[in-house]
Amino acid sequence: MRPYRPKDNVQKKAYYNDRFYVTPQIPKDDPASDEVYSKDIEKLQSKFSISESYIQRGELVIYIDPDSNVEVLEFLKDELDYSFLMEMSAVDFLAQREGFEIFYELLSLSKRKRIRVKTFIKENQAIESVQHLFRSANFAEREMFDMFGIQVNNHPYLKRILMPDDWEGYPLRKTYPLQGDEFAQWYEVDKIFGKEARDIVGPEIRDSAHIDRYDTERFARLGHEVPRGTDISKDEPDTDNHEFQEEGGVFLIKDLNKPQKVLSEKERRER
Amino acid sequence: MAQHQVNYGQDAGLPVALTTIDKIVNWGRSNSLWVLTYGLACCGIEMMASGASRYDFDRFGTIFRASPRQAEVMVIAGTLTKKHAEFIRRLYDQMAEPKWVISMGSCANTGGMFNTYATVQGADRVVPVDIYLPGCAPRPETLQYAVMMLQKKIRREPANRNRNLKQKRFV
Ligand code: SF4
Repeated sequence: MRPYRPKDNVQKKAYYNDRFYVTPQIPKDDPASDEVYSKDIEKLQSKFSISESYIQRGELVIYIDPDSNVEVLEFLKDELDYSFLMEMSAVDFLAQREGFEIFYELLSLSKRKRIRVKTFIKENQAIESVQHLFRSANFAEREMFDMFGIQVNNHPYLKRILMPDDWEGYPLRKTYPLQGDEFAQWYEVDKIFGKEARDIVGPEIRDSAHIDRYDTERFARLGHEVPRGTDISKDEPDTDNHEFQEEGGVFLIKDLNKPQKVLSEKERRER
Repeated sequence: MAQHQVNYGQDAGLPVALTTIDKIVNWGRSNSLWVLTYGLACCGIEMMASGASRYDFDRFGTIFRASPRQAEVMVIAGTLTKKHAEFIRRLYDQMAEPKWVISMGSCANTGGMFNTYATVQGADRVVPVDIYLPGCAPRPETLQYAVMMLQKKIRREPANRNRNLKQKRFV
């Protein structure tokens, strides 16, 4: 198994140490270069403060103020006909900028254009819910709360959606270990048997090839089972051979190691 | 009034078969294994295929039941998430004794490829497992083989076993 290295500090350290390495960037175009987007951005800029805007891969990206997210999306939906919220979530920038970037992906079916609205919030800052504009934001905001711990104001039912309700921690934050913190590793044992069962059940075995033939709690050996929990470290029961079909054993289980006779050309013709 | 009389001492012997209680009880148990449907992920599809007409689980007396009260085998077919662990234990507790568990597929055996925070690393952390069936996903034939292995195992057990006494770790 590949050793697991905690990536707690992954954001602070660059993966690449090559001095001459330049992260590839997708080229950014001016919004004025597209006739639909240039009109849209004009209308947006007249009403809201837009800190940055560009076209990337043929899609308009705008950066807005986190307080104006509902108004901007309402304007985009009602006036500019971006009627469909395809996706929304957040990106963890806690280590670099102490906050989250929230993005909304909108689609206009009539214009056949997509727009990405981005905004940045600080760690403990809340964002206003947009679920009254787009129904799909309901679950997406719950997921954002579940995975990043971002509070969403005026959401009708802000509760964890994927993880259990009593879960601790926010799994999609970059500081969350992939194999879980202590709470996650003991979650099912604590919940079902109680904390005192931790010693009996033991820690999680992360090596999927792990076999302990003397462990009669977890491993039953077919053909010579012993009662659960018996100590077999001293005398082993004899192993018996597998029963093949030819020997009156299990139906369809054939002895493939049996030497097979190769027919000569003459014998084959005679058959 | 009997129409004819059979002379048992003379014709085909007495209609008596001698056996032990263990054997006849286990014969009955092992040949009517009713399975609790427990498809959790992709392995569940293979489990359904084993029950469908091509592979035909009914030949073994293995009939899928949707209620734990009517089942004696639980086939954990798929990825057991931590959120679900509580419910699998509850359903296991609701099954009537005697009961057995087949853990089907790498995910249920060890967590499989989901070496993450959200997956139980082996269903045996939650319920005691009798047969571990490897594969991702195991083919229906192998599930049938696992059931046959379980039948063999049952036939070897004493009929009046009290599993609860032996399962101290899960009391
Ligand atoms: S063992 Fe493979 S096929 Fe089965 S549930 Fe896991 S991933 Fe799916």
